[in-house]
Amino acid sequence: MTLFLDLNHSVGDFNLALKFQVPNGVSALFGRSGAGKTTLVNAVAGLITPQKGRIEIAGRAVFDAGRGLNIPPHQRGIGYVFQDPRLFPHMSVQRNLNYGRRPARSFEIDANLIVDILGLEKLLDRRPDTLSGGEKQRVAIARALLSNPDLLLLDEPLAALDRARKLEILSYLERLRDELRLPMLYVSHSVPELARLATDIVVMDAGKLVACGPASDLLSDPSLVPQLGLAAAGASVLARLTAQSEDGLSTLNTSAGQLFLPRIEAPLGSRVRVRILAQDVMISVQKPEQISALNILPCHIISLRPGDGPGMIVELNSGNDRLLARITARSAKRLCLQPDLACYAIVKTLSIRPAEVAI
Amino acid sequence: MPLFGLAPTEWQAVQLSLLVAFWASLLSLPLAVLVAYALARWQFWGRQLLNICVHLPLILPPVVTGYVLLLVFGQTAPVGRFLNDTFGIVLAFRWTGAVLAALAAAVMAFPLMVRAIRLAIEAVDPKLEQAATTLGAGPIRVFLTITVPMMAPGLVAGVVLAFAKAMGEFGATITFVANIPGQTQTLPSAIYAFLQVPGGDASAVRLLVLSVFISVLALALSEWMARRVVHGTGQ
Repeated sequence: MTLFLDLNHSVGDFNLALKFQVPNGVSALFGRSGAGKTTLVNAVAGLITPQKGRIEIAGRAVFDAGRGLNIPPHQRGIGYVFQDPRLFPHMSVQRNLNYGRRPARSFEIDANLIVDILGLEKLLDRRPDTLSGGEKQRVAIARALLSNPDLLLLDEPLAALDRARKLEILSYLERLRDELRLPMLYVSHSVPELARLATDIVVMDAGKLVACGPASDLLSDPSLVPQLGLAAAGASVLARLTAQSEDGLSTLNTSAGQLFLPRIEAPLGSRVRVRILAQDVMISVQKPEQISALNILPCHIISLRPGDGPGMIVELNSGNDRLLARITARSAKRLCLQPDLACYAIVKTLSIRPAEVAI
Repeated sequence: MPLFGLAPTEWQAVQLSLLVAFWASLLSLPLAVLVAYALARWQFWGRQLLNICVHLPLILPPVVTGYVLLLVFGQTAPVGRFLNDTFGIVLAFRWTGAVLAALAAAVMAFPLMVRAIRLAIEAVDPKLEQAATTLGAGPIRVFLTITVPMMAPGLVAGVVLAFAKAMGEFGATITFVANIPGQTQTLPSAIYAFLQVPGGDASAVRLLVLSVFISVLALALSEWMARRVVHGTGQ
């Protein structure tokens, strides 16, 4: 177990009260603005002192109000990547990186590997004010990593970046997750980021815990659609890359059949996680012929969930994977959709964006 | 031939002023940093009171400040007697006069120094200090490696301002330690004294030219230092 947390903290009208624990891996803290995510991360880091509760990092208690234990931030063994890079302006990139270097407690991180993974070789002699936003954030991530933390906290590290930089840093973070196996607590309110990075997800709202569990379960859980947001609702499908075609498409095998996607730059045989948004999925009760959409997956309906508006979410079983489809209640009625009904999910190839594909 | 055509009394006044201003600004620096840091960052009982006390010499007429110093540190006053009994024997009178003149200058320059340093500390982003603590730096290391370098331009400004104030301090000094050539007669007191005697105009003008020269030099030096510091901190 990487992080155990049982907190009760009030600031004005806002009350943060929740208890959860997450295993090793990348745990994502998800919630709307004002849900208390940053407050929670600051409590873990020791930058604020909660009124009540207990926090353990990597099995070590760092805060326990009952026992009067409150280890100061510099002794908690955490690394913290803030929303803004917070590089020290009076030091070169190299000196920024060296600032936090300390003996490893649980992970020995190879400095050269970090510099290599984050692409910093050419930046080492530069001053922070000469770097671009993406470069600064990469240096901030490297600096936090080089302090050999037991747990890396990332508070919306991509929030201030444009789309291209986001994708770039996201792939760096994936490498860090896979190559260093460093436990991370990653705060975000972007579902595509979570879908790519997270192994576990903690969903919170207004200071309270809504759900906590493995990412693959929670991200396709139709009951969490209100929290994740309708536009971001969807499900992840596991697939294996089997062919690259000359017309710019990649072929993948899923448990339910073949999937054709815009070209994915990865070696053949790679395991890929594709997030398919509910609003990109159509349902047909008969196998459609003569249709432009390339992806037609046989499914069973698991459940139907009406929403507040004219739409509803249909939960589908496709092979071993789950799919969500967002259709109108009128269509559901017209097609007589009901649980256990066999049907087909139709997904346009081009509706799947590269950001939704995690390699 | 005396230096710059200065008479010994005039030269003594210049030397004494430089010495007084140098020590006054240097020795009050640590205390000024502490007070400025406390005012800028800490919430404590009596914070406003401390703020007012620090600013008093700036608000009060200098003569009043000098008189207060005389009442506290004068040879018949309790603190003065104690200092005289303890150190009076060790230090020659000449130096005691200079030390007291430096004390007057330091008190008068203190508010200016604290104000400049406080502004500099307030301009240091606490988020950077937070970042440093999450990187494993304890409070002292954070202060020395983040806070001090980032407030360095304000530190230089505060010292230069205090030095200038100490060089020019007149009212409190003359009230507190009088105007004894070679002992407590600083540059402004000397100019004042020469203006009181017939035929002293020539000396006054020489000192005037010299003080303009020193001021310009000090300003140039401070600009150069500030640029170096600013460049060094990469801001």
